[in-house]
Amino acid sequence: MTAVDATGKVSVSAAEEIPARERLINLAIDVFLFAFSLLMILPLVFLVSNAFKTPQELLAWPPTIIPAEPTVENFRAVLADTPLARWIFNSLTFAVLSTLSIVATSAISGYVLAKFRFRTLSVIFVIILATAIVPFEVYMIPLYFQAQALGILNSTWGLLLGYLVMSFGIFLIRQNVMHSIPDELLEAARIDGAGEFWIFWAIVLPLLRGALGALAVLAFFQAWTAFAWPMIVTTTRETYTIEVGLALFQTGFTVDLGRLSAASATVLIPSITLFVILRRNFVQSVAATGLKE
Amino acid sequence: MLAFLPTLAIFAWVRIYPITETLRLSLHKWDILSKNKPFIGLDNFRELFHDRLFLDALVNTSIIAFGVLAVTIPLAITIAALIHHRTASRFSGFYETAVFIPHVVSLVPAAMAWKWIFDAKLGPLNALLQYFGVPAQPWLFDPVLSVICIIVLCSWQALGYAVLIYLVGFKSLPVSLFEAAKLDGAGGIQRFWYVSIPLLKPITLYVSVVTLISGFNVYAQAFVLASDSQGAPGRLVRVLVLDMLENSFRNYRVGYAASEAVVLLAIVLVLTLIQFGLLREKGRA
Repeated sequence: MTAVDATGKVSVSAAEEIPARERLINLAIDVFLFAFSLLMILPLVFLVSNAFKTPQELLAWPPTIIPAEPTVENFRAVLADTPLARWIFNSLTFAVLSTLSIVATSAISGYVLAKFRFRTLSVIFVIILATAIVPFEVYMIPLYFQAQALGILNSTWGLLLGYLVMSFGIFLIRQNVMHSIPDELLEAARIDGAGEFWIFWAIVLPLLRGALGALAVLAFFQAWTAFAWPMIVTTTRETYTIEVGLALFQTGFTVDLGRLSAASATVLIPSITLFVILRRNFVQSVAATGLKE
Repeated sequence: MLAFLPTLAIFAWVRIYPITETLRLSLHKWDILSKNKPFIGLDNFRELFHDRLFLDALVNTSIIAFGVLAVTIPLAITIAALIHHRTASRFSGFYETAVFIPHVVSLVPAAMAWKWIFDAKLGPLNALLQYFGVPAQPWLFDPVLSVICIIVLCSWQALGYAVLIYLVGFKSLPVSLFEAAKLDGAGGIQRFWYVSIPLLKPITLYVSVVTLISGFNVYAQAFVLASDSQGAPGRLVRVLVLDMLENSFRNYRVGYAASEAVVLLAIVLVLTLIQFGLLREKGRA
C-alpha cells in the first residue's frame, strides 16, 4: 500500500509542473484502459446476455447487450436436457475436498520443512520443488492406472487422487513460516512445556491464516477449473464435473447456442461472484507465485 | 514431526510414483491388452519422430505457445505500466479486476463465449468484418485460422496473470530511479523503455517461461474451440496433450503415450533451465 501512496504522490507533483498536458495524457490513458477493460469482459457479458435471448434475437446484428425480450426458456431447457445441477454438485464436492486436503498437507509439510533442520528434510524439499516443475499432464496416465487399480474411476475419490497435494502450496507455506514465525516464539513455547502438536495448532496455524486463506482460494479454483484429469477419470454422465459435462454437451449436434450460453452462464455467474468477493485473497496468492525467484 | 509422514506418503504416491512410472513406461512397449511389457529402449522415441500426427501436434503446440507469448508479453507490460501509472485513479481496481477475470473463470464456459464470437454464421466477428466489407471467414474450420483463434483465446486468459505479476514488479521498482530519469529530462515513454523494461527483465523472463509452459500444456481450449459439430473433438487442431491421450486411451498404446509425455517434460525442463541460466547470468553481470 505504501508503494501506491508513493507513486500517487509522484504523479501529483508532476501534475503541478505541467498540469494541462499531464492531465490530458492521464485522461487519454484512462479512456484507453477503460475501453480495454470493457473489451476483456465483453465476451463474458455477451455470454450471459445470450443466455436470456430468444432464438430470433440471437441472430440479430448488432448483437444486443440487454436482451429485448428476456426469457428463461434456455435455462429451463438446459436443466431438462442435462444433469447440470449434478455436475455442479460434483465439481463443488471435488473442489472443496481438494482444497481441504491441499491446505492440510501444505500446512503440515510447509511447517515441518521450514522449522526442523535435518539433511533428509532438505533433500525432500528439493524433490518437492523439482516435482513442482513437472506439468500434471506428464504423469496423469500412470495416475489414471493407479485410480483404476483402486477401483475409484468415475467417483469423487478418483478425481481427488490427482489433487491431494500441491507442490507449490508446500513451498508457499514453507516460505511463509520462515518469514513470519520466529524460532524464538516456538522455543519459548517449548520451554513453557507446550507439546509439538499444541504449538502447531495454537501458535503456527493462527499465524498462517492469511497464507492458508490465499492457498485455499488458489486450490479451490484449480480444482474447479480442472479439465484434462476429470476428462479421463470420469466417463459416465452422472459423474462428470461441470467443465467436462459442458465440453461434451457442446459437441453434441442438437445443441443450440441459447442453451449452451445458459449452461455456461449458470457456471460463470457464481464463480465470478466468488472471485470478486475473494479478489484480495486471490490476487495475493497469485502475486506470491510471482515472487518465486 | 510424525504428522509429516502421511503427507510424504501421499506425495510419493500421487506425484513421485506416477512421474517415475511415466519415465519407465516410455522405454517399454505396453499396449494395455498385452500382459507383458517388453523393454524396447528408445524405440518409442524413434517412432515418435516419424509419426506424422505427433509432429503435427508438436508443431501446432509450439506455434500456439510462442504465439501466446508474442501477444501476451508486450501487451501485458504495456497495460501493467498504464495501470500502474494510474494507481491513483478511481478506476484502477476496476481495470485490475476486468483484466484478471478471464484468468479465473472456468475455461470451458469462457471458451464457449469465444466459440460464438468466432462462429462462421452466427458470430459477431464475421458480422463485424462484413460490415467493413471483408468477406466472412470460416474461423473455426480452417486449420490456420483455428490456430489463431486458439492463440487469441489463450492470450485472453494468460494476460491477466501476466499483468498482475508485472504490477507487483512495477510496485517494487525504486521510485528514486524514475525521479532521477525525470530530472535528466526523460519523458514518460523514455522512462518506460529505458528504465522500467530493463529493470523488469527478471519478471519478463519468469512470466515468459510460465506462459510458454502453460502454452505447451494447452488442451481444453483446443478441445472446445476446434471440435466440430459432428462431435469429433479436436481433430482440427491437434495438440500434444490431445495426441497423448488419444494414443493412450483410444489406441491403447500406453508406453508410446508415456514417451510423448517425456517429450513434453523435456520441453518444460529445457525452458525452466533456460530461465535459471539467464537469471544466474544476470546476477553475475
